Amino acid sequence: MKVLVAVKRVVDHNVKVRVKADNTGVELANVKMSMNPFCEIGVEEAIRLKEKGIATEVVAVCVGPTAAQEQLRTALALGADRAILVETDAELGSLAVAKILKAVADQEQPQLILLGKQAIDSDNNQTGQMLGALTGFAQGTFASKVEVDGDKVNVTREIDGGFQTVALKLPAIVTTDLRLNEPRYAKLPDIMKAKKKPLDTVTPETLGVAVSSTLKTLKVEAPAQRSAGIKVKDVAELVDKLKNEAKVI
Amino acid sequence: MAILVIAEHSNSALGAATLNTVTAAKAIGGDIHILVAGENCAAAGEAAAKVEGVTKVLVADNAAYAHQLPENVALLVAEQAKAYSHVLTPATTTGKNLLPRVAALLDTDQISEIISVESPDTFKRPIYAGNAIATVQSSADIKVITVRGTGFDAAAAEGGSAAIENIAAGADAGISAFVGEEIAKSDRPDLTAARVVISGGRGMQSGENFDMLYALADKLGGAVGASRAAVDAGFVPNDLQVGQTGKIVAPDLYIAVGISGAIQHLAGMKDSKVIVAINKDADAPIFQVADYGLVADLFDVIPELDAAL
Repeated sequence: MKVLVAVKRVVDHNVKVRVKADNTGVELANVKMSMNPFCEIGVEEAIRLKEKGIATEVVAVCVGPTAAQEQLRTALALGADRAILVETDAELGSLAVAKILKAVADQEQPQLILLGKQAIDSDNNQTGQMLGALTGFAQGTFASKVEVDGDKVNVTREIDGGFQTVALKLPAIVTTDLRLNEPRYAKLPDIMKAKKKPLDTVTPETLGVAVSSTLKTLKVEAPAQRSAGIKVKDVAELVDKLKNEAKVI
Repeated sequence: MAILVIAEHSNSALGAATLNTVTAAKAIGGDIHILVAGENCAAAGEAAAKVEGVTKVLVADNAAYAHQLPENVALLVAEQAKAYSHVLTPATTTGKNLLPRVAALLDTDQISEIISVESPDTFKRPIYAGNAIATVQSSADIKVITVRGTGFDAAAAEGGSAAIENIAAGADAGISAFVGEEIAKSDRPDLTAARVVISGGRGMQSGENFDMLYALADKLGGAVGASRAAVDAGFVPNDLQVGQTGKIVAPDLYIAVGISGAIQHLAGMKDSKVIVAINKDADAPIFQVADYGLVADLFDVIPELDAAL
Protein backbone atom coordinates (compact mmCIF):
# COMPACT_ATOMS: atom_id res chain seq x y z
CA MET A 1 0.00 0.00 0.00
CA LYS A 2 1.31 3.40 -0.97
CA VAL A 3 0.97 6.22 1.57
CA LEU A 4 1.05 9.88 0.60
CA VAL A 5 1.82 12.30 3.43
CA ALA A 6 1.47 16.07 3.08
CA VAL A 7 3.78 18.43 4.95
CA LYS A 8 3.65 22.20 5.32
CA ARG A 9 6.46 24.65 6.01
CA VAL A 10 5.35 27.02 8.76
CA VAL A 11 6.81 29.38 11.35
CA ASP A 12 8.35 27.22 14.08
CA HIS A 13 5.93 26.68 16.94
CA ASN A 14 8.37 28.19 19.45
CA VAL A 15 8.56 31.51 17.63
CA LYS A 16 6.48 34.33 19.03
CA VAL A 17 5.00 35.82 15.88
CA ARG A 18 4.79 39.56 15.38
CA VAL A 19 2.38 41.46 13.21
CA LYS A 20 4.08 43.65 10.58
CA ALA A 21 3.94 47.39 11.17
CA ASP A 22 1.98 47.94 7.93
CA ASN A 23 -0.64 45.34 8.97
CA THR A 24 -0.20 43.27 5.81
CA GLY A 25 0.69 40.07 7.61
CA VAL A 26 3.07 38.65 10.19
CA GLU A 27 6.84 39.11 10.14
CA LEU A 28 8.41 36.15 8.30
CA ALA A 29 11.85 37.62 7.56
CA ASN A 30 14.64 35.85 9.49
CA VAL A 31 12.13 33.72 11.38
CA LYS A 32 12.84 30.05 12.00
CA MET A 33 10.69 27.82 9.80
CA SER A 34 9.84 24.18 10.51
CA MET A 35 7.55 21.38 9.54
CA ASN A 36 4.03 21.94 10.90
CA PRO A 37 3.80 19.84 14.10
CA PHE A 38 0.65 18.03 12.95
CA CYS A 39 2.42 17.11 9.69
CA GLU A 40 5.30 15.63 11.72
CA ILE A 41 2.73 13.36 13.35
CA GLY A 42 1.48 12.43 9.88
CA VAL A 43 5.00 11.55 8.70
CA GLU A 44 5.58 9.49 11.85
CA GLU A 45 2.34 7.55 11.33
CA ALA A 46 3.27 6.84 7.69
CA ILE A 47 6.68 5.53 8.76
CA ARG A 48 5.15 3.35 11.47
CA LEU A 49 2.80 1.85 8.88
CA LYS A 50 5.86 1.05 6.79
CA GLU A 51 7.68 -0.48 9.74
CA LYS A 52 4.63 -2.68 10.38
CA GLY A 53 4.79 -3.87 6.78
CA ILE A 54 1.47 -2.27 5.89
CA ALA A 55 2.82 0.60 3.81
CA THR A 56 5.14 -0.35 0.95
CA GLU A 57 6.13 3.17 -0.02
CA VAL A 58 5.86 6.54 1.73
CA VAL A 59 5.79 9.63 -0.48
CA ALA A 60 6.01 13.06 1.14
CA VAL A 61 4.53 16.03 -0.69
CA CYS A 62 4.80 19.73 0.07
CA VAL A 63 3.27 22.79 -1.58
CA GLY A 64 5.53 25.75 -0.96
CA PRO A 65 8.61 27.77 -1.94
CA THR A 66 12.02 26.38 -2.92
CA ALA A 67 13.09 26.52 0.73
CA ALA A 68 10.39 23.97 1.60
CA GLN A 69 12.88 21.37 0.32
CA GLU A 70 14.21 21.52 3.90
CA GLN A 71 10.95 20.16 5.30
CA LEU A 72 10.83 17.44 2.63
CA ARG A 73 14.45 16.46 3.42
CA THR A 74 13.38 16.18 7.06
CA ALA A 75 10.54 13.84 6.03
CA LEU A 76 13.03 11.80 3.99
CA ALA A 77 15.44 11.64 6.93
CA LEU A 78 12.61 10.40 9.13
CA GLY A 79 11.94 7.57 6.68
CA ALA A 80 9.89 8.71 3.69
CA ASP A 81 11.09 7.03 0.47
CA ARG A 82 10.79 9.97 -1.88
CA ALA A 83 9.42 13.48 -1.99
CA ILE A 84 7.56 15.83 -4.29
CA LEU A 85 7.77 19.61 -4.01
CA VAL A 86 4.98 21.51 -5.72
CA GLU A 87 6.87 24.75 -5.98
CA THR A 88 5.12 28.08 -5.67
CA ASP A 89 5.92 31.37 -3.98
CA ALA A 90 2.26 32.27 -3.71
CA GLU A 91 0.53 31.96 -0.34
CA LEU A 92 -2.15 29.50 -1.31
CA GLY A 93 -5.48 28.94 0.39
CA SER A 94 -6.59 25.53 1.59
CA LEU A 95 -8.80 24.89 -1.46
CA ALA A 96 -5.93 25.55 -3.87
CA VAL A 97 -3.65 23.26 -1.85
CA ALA A 98 -6.35 20.56 -1.80
CA LYS A 99 -6.66 20.83 -5.61
CA ILE A 100 -2.89 20.44 -5.98
CA LEU A 101 -2.87 17.43 -3.64
CA LYS A 102 -5.74 15.92 -5.66
CA ALA A 103 -3.62 16.25 -8.82
CA VAL A 104 -0.67 14.59 -7.06
CA ALA A 105 -2.93 11.83 -5.73
CA ASP A 106 -4.24 11.21 -9.26
CA GLN A 107 -0.67 10.58 -10.39
CA GLU A 108 0.50 8.64 -7.35
CA GLN A 109 -2.65 6.60 -6.63
CA PRO A 110 -2.03 6.22 -2.87
CA GLN A 111 -4.32 4.06 -0.73
CA LEU A 112 -3.93 6.34 2.25
CA ILE A 113 -3.31 10.09 2.40
CA LEU A 114 -2.13 11.51 5.75
CA LEU A 115 -2.30 15.22 6.57
CA GLY A 116 -2.09 17.32 9.72
CA LYS A 117 -5.48 18.39 11.01
CA GLN A 118 -4.46 22.03 10.78
CA ALA A 119 -1.42 24.17 10.13
CA ILE A 120 -0.36 26.36 13.02
CA ASP A 121 -0.04 29.46 10.83
CA SER A 122 -3.44 29.85 9.15
CA ASP A 123 -5.24 27.58 11.68
CA ASN A 124 -7.70 26.74 8.89
CA ASN A 125 -8.34 23.04 9.53
CA GLN A 126 -9.68 22.55 5.97
CA THR A 127 -7.27 20.88 3.55
CA GLY A 128 -7.86 17.20 4.42
CA GLN A 129 -11.62 17.52 4.34
CA MET A 130 -11.48 19.44 1.05
CA LEU A 131 -9.23 16.78 -0.43
CA GLY A 132 -11.86 14.25 0.67
CA ALA A 133 -14.53 16.05 -1.33
CA LEU A 134 -12.31 16.46 -4.41
CA THR A 135 -11.17 12.82 -4.49
CA GLY A 136 -14.46 11.38 -3.28
CA PHE A 137 -12.54 9.49 -0.57
CA ALA A 138 -13.78 9.04 2.97
CA GLN A 139 -12.11 11.13 5.70
CA GLY A 140 -11.03 10.35 9.26
CA THR A 141 -10.21 13.72 10.76
CA PHE A 142 -8.54 14.48 14.14
CA ALA A 143 -7.24 10.91 14.37
CA SER A 144 -5.84 9.49 17.60
CA LYS A 145 -5.65 5.89 16.31
CA VAL A 146 -5.33 4.46 12.80
CA GLU A 147 -5.72 0.74 12.07
CA VAL A 148 -5.60 -0.58 8.53
CA ASP A 149 -7.76 -3.67 8.22
CA GLY A 150 -7.89 -5.24 4.74
CA ASP A 151 -9.69 -2.91 2.36
CA LYS A 152 -10.65 -0.46 5.08
CA VAL A 153 -9.10 1.67 7.79
CA ASN A 154 -10.55 2.16 11.27
CA VAL A 155 -9.93 5.65 12.58
CA THR A 156 -10.54 6.76 16.16
CA ARG A 157 -11.25 10.48 16.16
CA GLU A 158 -10.97 13.05 18.94
CA ILE A 159 -14.33 14.79 19.10
CA ASP A 160 -15.97 17.23 21.51
CA GLY A 161 -16.92 15.10 24.50
CA GLY A 162 -14.75 12.06 23.75
CA PHE A 163 -13.87 9.69 20.92
CA GLN A 164 -15.62 8.38 17.82
CA THR A 165 -14.48 5.44 15.70
CA VAL A 166 -15.33 5.21 12.02
CA ALA A 167 -14.52 2.58 9.39
CA LEU A 168 -13.44 4.07 6.07
CA LYS A 169 -13.20 2.33 2.73
CA LEU A 170 -9.73 2.62 1.19
CA PRO A 171 -8.42 4.75 -0.40
CA ALA A 172 -9.04 7.18 2.44
CA ILE A 173 -7.82 10.40 4.01
CA VAL A 174 -6.68 10.72 7.62
CA THR A 175 -5.86 13.97 9.40
CA THR A 176 -3.77 13.72 12.54
CA ASP A 177 -4.45 14.98 16.04
CA LEU A 178 -1.85 15.49 18.76
CA ARG A 179 -2.14 12.13 20.46
CA LEU A 180 -1.88 9.87 17.42
CA ASN A 181 1.82 9.30 18.11
CA GLU A 182 4.99 10.96 19.33
CA PRO A 183 7.23 11.80 16.38
CA ARG A 184 10.84 10.58 16.45
CA TYR A 185 13.89 12.72 15.80
CA ALA A 186 15.96 12.21 12.66
CA LYS A 187 19.36 10.56 13.27
CA LEU A 188 22.47 12.05 11.70
CA PRO A 189 23.22 9.09 9.36
CA ASP A 190 19.60 9.25 8.16
CA ILE A 191 19.92 12.97 7.53
CA MET A 192 22.97 12.23 5.36
CA LYS A 193 21.16 9.42 3.53
CA ALA A 194 18.12 11.66 2.95
CA LYS A 195 20.24 13.93 0.75
CA LYS A 196 20.45 11.13 -1.81
CA LYS A 197 16.77 10.22 -1.80
CA PRO A 198 14.72 11.42 -4.79
CA LEU A 199 13.03 14.82 -4.53
CA ASP A 200 11.05 15.83 -7.61
CA THR A 201 9.92 19.37 -8.23
CA VAL A 202 6.77 20.26 -10.13
CA THR A 203 4.59 23.38 -10.22
CA PRO A 204 0.84 24.00 -9.91
CA GLU A 205 0.91 24.91 -13.62
CA THR A 206 2.50 21.61 -14.72
CA LEU A 207 -0.13 19.83 -12.64
CA GLY A 208 -2.80 21.85 -14.42
CA VAL A 209 -4.21 23.39 -11.26
CA ALA A 210 -5.56 26.94 -11.11
CA VAL A 211 -4.78 28.43 -7.71
CA SER A 212 -6.97 31.53 -7.63
CA SER A 213 -8.83 32.37 -4.43
CA THR A 214 -12.04 34.19 -3.56
CA LEU A 215 -10.51 35.34 -0.27
CA LYS A 216 -8.53 38.51 0.25
CA THR A 217 -6.79 39.42 3.50
CA LEU A 218 -7.49 43.11 4.05
CA LYS A 219 -5.36 43.47 7.14
CA VAL A 220 -3.66 41.60 9.95
CA GLU A 221 -3.61 43.12 13.42
CA ALA A 222 -2.23 42.21 16.80
CA PRO A 223 -4.96 41.01 19.13
CA ALA A 224 -6.20 43.21 21.93
CA GLN A 225 -3.59 42.86 24.64
CA ARG A 226 -4.58 41.69 28.06
CA SER A 227 -2.64 43.44 30.71
CA ALA A 228 -1.47 41.72 33.82
CA GLY A 229 -3.67 42.48 36.78
CA ILE A 230 -2.71 42.38 40.41
CA LYS A 231 -1.19 39.79 42.69
CA VAL A 232 -3.27 38.90 45.72
CA LYS A 233 -1.56 37.84 48.92
CA ASP A 234 -3.84 35.01 50.00
CA VAL A 235 -7.04 33.09 49.39
CA ALA A 236 -9.11 35.45 51.52
CA GLU A 237 -8.12 38.43 49.40
CA LEU A 238 -8.75 36.45 46.21
CA VAL A 239 -12.26 35.47 47.29
CA ASP A 240 -12.98 39.05 48.36
CA LYS A 241 -11.84 40.43 44.97
CA LEU A 242 -13.86 37.86 43.03
CA LYS A 243 -16.98 38.57 45.07
CA ASN A 244 -16.81 42.33 45.48
CA GLU A 245 -14.63 43.70 42.69
CA ALA A 246 -15.06 41.34 39.75
CA LYS A 247 -18.47 40.13 40.98
CA VAL A 248 -18.09 36.74 39.28
CA ILE A 249 -18.85 34.47 42.22
CA MET B 1 -30.15 37.14 0.75
CA ALA B 2 -30.75 34.09 2.92
CA ILE B 3 -28.40 32.33 5.30
CA LEU B 4 -28.32 28.62 5.98
CA VAL B 5 -27.13 27.56 9.45
CA ILE B 6 -26.19 23.90 9.75
CA ALA B 7 -27.34 22.82 13.21
CA GLU B 8 -25.13 21.10 15.71
CA HIS B 9 -27.48 18.70 17.49
CA SER B 10 -27.84 15.33 19.16
CA ASN B 11 -31.03 14.34 17.23
CA SER B 12 -33.00 14.86 20.44
CA ALA B 13 -31.76 18.36 21.27
CA LEU B 14 -30.17 21.38 19.65
CA GLY B 15 -26.50 21.97 20.52
CA ALA B 16 -25.75 25.20 22.38
CA ALA B 17 -23.18 26.28 19.77
CA THR B 18 -25.95 26.53 17.17
CA LEU B 19 -27.37 29.52 19.07
CA ASN B 20 -24.10 31.48 18.83
CA THR B 21 -24.01 30.73 15.11
CA VAL B 22 -27.53 32.11 14.67
CA THR B 23 -26.28 35.36 16.26
CA ALA B 24 -23.45 35.50 13.72
CA ALA B 25 -26.05 34.98 10.96
CA LYS B 26 -28.08 37.90 12.36
CA ALA B 27 -24.99 40.10 12.21
CA ILE B 28 -24.68 39.28 8.50
CA GLY B 29 -28.38 40.05 7.96
CA GLY B 30 -31.07 38.28 5.95
CA ASP B 31 -33.50 35.41 6.33
CA ILE B 32 -32.09 32.72 8.60
CA HIS B 33 -32.86 29.07 7.92
CA ILE B 34 -31.56 26.13 9.95
CA LEU B 35 -30.81 22.72 8.46
CA VAL B 36 -31.12 19.77 10.84
CA ALA B 37 -29.70 16.61 9.28
CA GLY B 38 -29.94 13.53 11.46
CA GLU B 39 -31.89 10.39 12.25
CA ASN B 40 -35.08 10.61 14.32
CA CYS B 41 -34.19 14.27 14.71
CA ALA B 42 -37.69 15.78 14.81
CA ALA B 43 -37.12 17.01 18.38
CA ALA B 44 -33.97 18.88 17.34
CA GLY B 45 -35.91 20.33 14.40
CA GLU B 46 -38.66 21.56 16.73
CA ALA B 47 -36.08 23.14 19.04
CA ALA B 48 -34.48 24.87 16.04
CA ALA B 49 -37.88 26.29 15.02
CA LYS B 50 -38.18 28.01 18.40
CA VAL B 51 -34.87 29.86 18.12
CA GLU B 52 -35.50 33.57 18.00
CA GLY B 53 -34.87 35.08 14.56
CA VAL B 54 -35.11 31.86 12.53
CA THR B 55 -37.70 31.86 9.73
CA LYS B 56 -37.49 28.30 8.38
CA VAL B 57 -36.16 24.93 9.51
CA LEU B 58 -35.25 22.21 7.03
CA VAL B 59 -35.23 18.68 8.46
CA ALA B 60 -33.53 15.81 6.64
CA ASP B 61 -34.24 12.66 8.62
CA ASN B 62 -32.36 9.60 7.40
CA ALA B 63 -30.21 6.78 8.77
CA ALA B 64 -27.31 8.05 6.63
CA TYR B 65 -27.14 11.16 8.82
CA ALA B 66 -27.38 9.42 12.22
CA HIS B 67 -23.76 10.05 13.20
CA GLN B 68 -23.07 13.12 11.06
CA LEU B 69 -20.74 11.21 8.74
CA PRO B 70 -19.38 14.04 6.57
CA GLU B 71 -19.23 11.87 3.42
CA ASN B 72 -23.05 11.75 3.53
CA VAL B 73 -24.02 15.04 5.16
CA ALA B 74 -21.74 17.16 2.92
CA LEU B 75 -23.58 15.94 -0.21
CA LEU B 76 -26.89 17.10 1.28
CA VAL B 77 -25.57 20.44 2.53
CA ALA B 78 -23.81 21.25 -0.75
CA GLU B 79 -27.06 20.63 -2.63
CA GLN B 80 -29.11 22.82 -0.28
CA ALA B 81 -26.42 25.53 -0.11
CA LYS B 82 -26.98 26.56 -3.72
CA ALA B 83 -30.07 28.55 -2.68
CA TYR B 84 -28.18 30.64 -0.12
CA SER B 85 -25.66 33.49 0.06
CA HIS B 86 -24.00 32.15 3.25
CA VAL B 87 -23.63 28.75 4.90
CA LEU B 88 -22.65 28.82 8.57
CA THR B 89 -21.95 26.16 11.15
CA PRO B 90 -20.37 26.18 14.62
CA ALA B 91 -16.60 25.56 14.71
CA THR B 92 -17.03 22.43 16.81
CA THR B 93 -15.36 19.14 15.88
CA THR B 94 -18.56 18.23 14.00
CA GLY B 95 -18.65 21.51 12.09
CA LYS B 96 -14.92 21.49 11.33
CA ASN B 97 -15.21 17.94 10.04
CA LEU B 98 -18.13 18.73 7.76
CA LEU B 99 -17.91 22.21 6.32
CA PRO B 100 -14.62 22.17 4.36
CA ARG B 101 -15.97 19.11 2.54
CA VAL B 102 -19.06 21.17 1.64
CA ALA B 103 -16.93 24.12 0.53
CA ALA B 104 -14.84 21.96 -1.81
CA LEU B 105 -17.98 20.36 -3.29
CA LEU B 106 -19.14 23.93 -4.03
CA ASP B 107 -15.65 24.79 -5.38
CA THR B 108 -15.36 27.65 -2.92
CA ASP B 109 -12.93 28.76 -0.21
CA GLN B 110 -13.96 28.47 3.43
CA ILE B 111 -13.51 31.08 6.12
CA SER B 112 -12.71 29.29 9.39
CA GLU B 113 -13.61 30.30 12.93
CA ILE B 114 -14.81 33.86 12.47
CA ILE B 115 -14.98 35.94 15.65
CA SER B 116 -16.76 38.96 14.19
CA VAL B 117 -18.81 40.06 11.20
CA GLU B 118 -17.60 43.38 9.74
CA SER B 119 -20.00 43.32 6.79
CA PRO B 120 -21.81 40.58 4.82
CA ASP B 121 -18.59 39.77 2.98
CA THR B 122 -15.90 40.71 5.52
CA PHE B 123 -15.01 38.85 8.69
CA LYS B 124 -12.34 38.73 11.38
CA ARG B 125 -10.64 35.50 12.33
CA PRO B 126 -7.68 34.60 14.52
CA ILE B 127 -4.53 33.13 12.96
CA TYR B 128 -1.25 31.96 14.52
CA ALA B 129 -3.01 30.67 17.64
CA GLY B 130 -4.72 33.99 18.14
CA ASN B 131 -1.47 35.95 18.06
CA ALA B 132 -2.80 37.83 15.05
CA ILE B 133 -6.29 38.72 13.86
CA ALA B 134 -6.91 38.72 10.12
CA THR B 135 -9.67 40.67 8.41
CA VAL B 136 -10.75 38.61 5.42
CA GLN B 137 -13.01 39.58 2.52
CA SER B 138 -14.75 36.98 0.38
CA SER B 139 -15.94 37.41 -3.20
CA ALA B 140 -17.47 33.91 -3.33
CA ASP B 141 -21.09 33.55 -4.46
CA ILE B 142 -21.76 31.28 -1.49
CA LYS B 143 -19.76 32.20 1.58
CA VAL B 144 -18.93 29.10 3.61
CA ILE B 145 -18.07 29.94 7.20
CA THR B 146 -17.44 28.26 10.56
CA VAL B 147 -18.22 30.37 13.61
CA ARG B 148 -16.24 30.43 16.85
CA GLY B 149 -18.86 30.32 19.61
CA THR B 150 -16.97 32.60 21.99
CA GLY B 151 -17.12 35.44 19.44
CA PHE B 152 -20.91 35.71 19.54
CA ASP B 153 -23.57 35.67 22.25
CA ALA B 154 -26.15 32.91 22.17
CA ALA B 155 -29.43 33.71 20.41
CA ALA B 156 -32.55 33.18 22.54
CA ALA B 157 -33.56 29.51 22.39
CA GLU B 158 -37.25 30.46 22.72
CA GLY B 159 -39.44 33.03 21.04
CA GLY B 160 -39.31 31.98 17.40
CA SER B 161 -41.94 30.04 15.47
CA ALA B 162 -40.29 29.04 12.23
CA ALA B 163 -41.99 26.78 9.70
CA ILE B 164 -40.60 23.25 9.60
CA GLU B 165 -40.12 21.65 6.20
CA ASN B 166 -39.08 18.04 5.78
CA ILE B 167 -36.70 17.66 2.89
CA ALA B 168 -35.67 14.53 1.01
CA ALA B 169 -32.41 12.93 2.06
CA GLY B 170 -29.59 12.50 -0.42
CA ALA B 171 -27.73 9.30 -1.12
CA ASP B 172 -25.54 7.40 1.33
CA ALA B 173 -22.05 7.76 -0.12
CA GLY B 174 -21.34 4.22 1.09
CA ILE B 175 -17.66 4.83 1.84
CA SER B 176 -17.74 5.30 5.61
CA ALA B 177 -19.46 3.71 8.59
CA PHE B 178 -19.89 4.55 12.24
CA VAL B 179 -18.27 1.94 14.51
CA GLY B 180 -18.70 3.38 17.98
CA GLU B 181 -18.07 6.22 20.35
CA GLU B 182 -16.97 6.87 23.91
CA ILE B 183 -18.53 10.02 25.24
CA ALA B 184 -17.64 11.13 28.75
CA LYS B 185 -20.83 11.43 30.78
CA SER B 186 -21.00 14.38 33.10
CA ASP B 187 -23.61 16.34 35.00
CA ARG B 188 -21.40 19.39 34.87
CA PRO B 189 -21.95 22.13 32.30
CA ASP B 190 -20.28 21.80 28.92
CA LEU B 191 -16.75 23.20 28.96
CA THR B 192 -17.36 25.63 26.09
CA ALA B 193 -20.64 26.92 27.56
CA ALA B 194 -19.79 27.01 31.29
CA ARG B 195 -19.87 30.33 33.18
CA VAL B 196 -16.92 29.23 35.30
CA VAL B 197 -14.00 27.06 34.14
CA ILE B 198 -11.34 25.69 36.46
CA SER B 199 -8.37 24.24 34.59
CA GLY B 200 -5.46 22.23 35.89
CA GLY B 201 -2.01 21.85 34.43
CA ARG B 202 1.07 19.75 34.93
CA GLY B 203 1.32 21.17 38.45
CA MET B 204 -1.65 18.99 39.46
CA GLN B 205 0.79 16.05 39.46
CA SER B 206 -1.85 13.31 39.05
CA GLY B 207 -5.35 12.54 37.79
CA GLU B 208 -6.56 11.93 41.36
CA ASN B 209 -5.64 15.48 42.32
CA PHE B 210 -8.09 16.75 39.70
CA ASP B 211 -10.85 15.59 42.11
CA MET B 212 -10.11 18.77 44.07
CA LEU B 213 -10.88 20.84 40.99
CA TYR B 214 -14.08 18.90 40.29
CA ALA B 215 -15.25 19.58 43.85
CA LEU B 216 -14.51 23.27 43.44
CA ALA B 217 -16.18 23.36 40.02
CA ASP B 218 -19.32 21.81 41.50
CA LYS B 219 -19.47 24.51 44.17
CA LEU B 220 -19.22 27.22 41.52
CA GLY B 221 -21.47 25.50 38.97
CA GLY B 222 -18.53 25.32 36.62
CA ALA B 223 -16.67 22.94 34.33
CA VAL B 224 -13.16 21.51 34.55
CA GLY B 225 -10.56 22.00 31.83
CA ALA B 226 -6.88 21.18 31.45
CA SER B 227 -3.71 22.25 29.71
CA ARG B 228 -2.15 20.10 27.02
CA ALA B 229 0.59 19.14 29.47
CA ALA B 230 -1.98 17.66 31.86
CA VAL B 231 -3.68 15.77 29.03
CA ASP B 232 -0.40 14.48 27.61
CA ALA B 233 0.63 13.34 31.10
CA GLY B 234 -2.54 11.23 31.17
CA PHE B 235 -4.11 13.05 34.14
CA VAL B 236 -7.39 13.72 32.30
CA PRO B 237 -9.04 12.82 28.97
CA ASN B 238 -8.27 14.80 25.81
CA ASP B 239 -11.69 16.43 25.55
CA LEU B 240 -10.78 18.62 28.54
CA GLN B 241 -7.93 20.29 26.69
CA VAL B 242 -8.20 24.07 26.45
CA GLY B 243 -5.99 25.69 23.84
CA GLN B 244 -5.19 26.40 20.20
CA THR B 245 -5.97 22.86 19.10
CA GLY B 246 -8.40 21.96 21.87
CA LYS B 247 -11.43 23.81 23.20
CA ILE B 248 -11.72 27.58 22.95
CA VAL B 249 -13.46 28.94 26.04
CA ALA B 250 -14.46 32.42 27.22
CA PRO B 251 -16.25 32.03 30.56
CA ASP B 252 -16.99 34.80 33.04
CA LEU B 253 -14.38 33.33 35.34
CA TYR B 254 -11.38 31.19 34.35
CA ILE B 255 -9.20 29.80 37.11
CA ALA B 256 -5.85 28.39 35.94
CA VAL B 257 -4.35 26.08 38.55
CA GLY B 258 -0.77 24.92 38.16
CA ILE B 259 -0.70 26.04 34.53
CA SER B 260 2.41 27.88 33.32
CA GLY B 261 0.62 29.51 30.38
CA ALA B 262 2.13 28.39 27.06
CA ILE B 263 0.89 30.53 24.14
CA GLN B 264 -1.03 27.53 22.81
CA HIS B 265 -2.98 27.41 26.09
CA LEU B 266 -3.51 31.17 26.25
CA ALA B 267 -5.01 31.00 22.74
CA GLY B 268 -7.82 28.92 24.17
CA MET B 269 -8.79 31.07 27.15
CA LYS B 270 -7.53 34.62 26.92
CA ASP B 271 -10.95 36.00 25.98
CA SER B 272 -12.33 34.98 29.38
CA LYS B 273 -13.82 37.92 31.27
CA VAL B 274 -11.88 37.39 34.51
CA ILE B 275 -8.76 35.23 34.74
CA VAL B 276 -7.32 33.94 38.00
CA ALA B 277 -3.91 32.25 38.05
CA ILE B 278 -2.66 30.09 40.90
CA ASN B 279 0.93 29.00 40.48
CA LYS B 280 3.95 28.73 42.75
CA ASP B 281 6.28 30.05 40.02
CA ALA B 282 5.99 33.84 40.17
CA ASP B 283 7.54 34.09 36.69
CA ALA B 284 4.98 31.83 35.01
CA PRO B 285 3.67 33.54 31.83
CA ILE B 286 0.08 32.89 32.94
CA PHE B 287 0.41 35.82 35.36
CA GLN B 288 0.84 38.20 32.41
CA VAL B 289 -2.77 37.65 31.38
CA ALA B 290 -4.31 37.10 34.82
CA ASP B 291 -6.49 39.72 36.47
CA TYR B 292 -5.77 38.14 39.84
CA GLY B 293 -2.62 36.18 40.48
CA LEU B 294 -1.82 34.17 43.56
CA VAL B 295 1.75 32.94 43.91
CA ALA B 296 1.38 29.93 46.16
CA ASP B 297 1.38 26.15 46.24
CA LEU B 298 -1.87 24.95 44.73
CA PHE B 299 -2.04 22.08 47.23
CA ASP B 300 -2.38 24.68 50.00
CA VAL B 301 -4.62 27.07 48.08
CA ILE B 302 -7.24 24.75 46.61
CA PRO B 303 -8.41 23.27 49.94
CA GLU B 304 -8.48 26.80 51.42
CA LEU B 305 -10.47 28.09 48.46
CA ASP B 306 -12.82 25.15 48.75
CA ALA B 307 -13.39 25.96 52.41
CA ALA B 308 -13.87 29.68 51.75
CA LEU B 309 -16.59 29.22 49.14
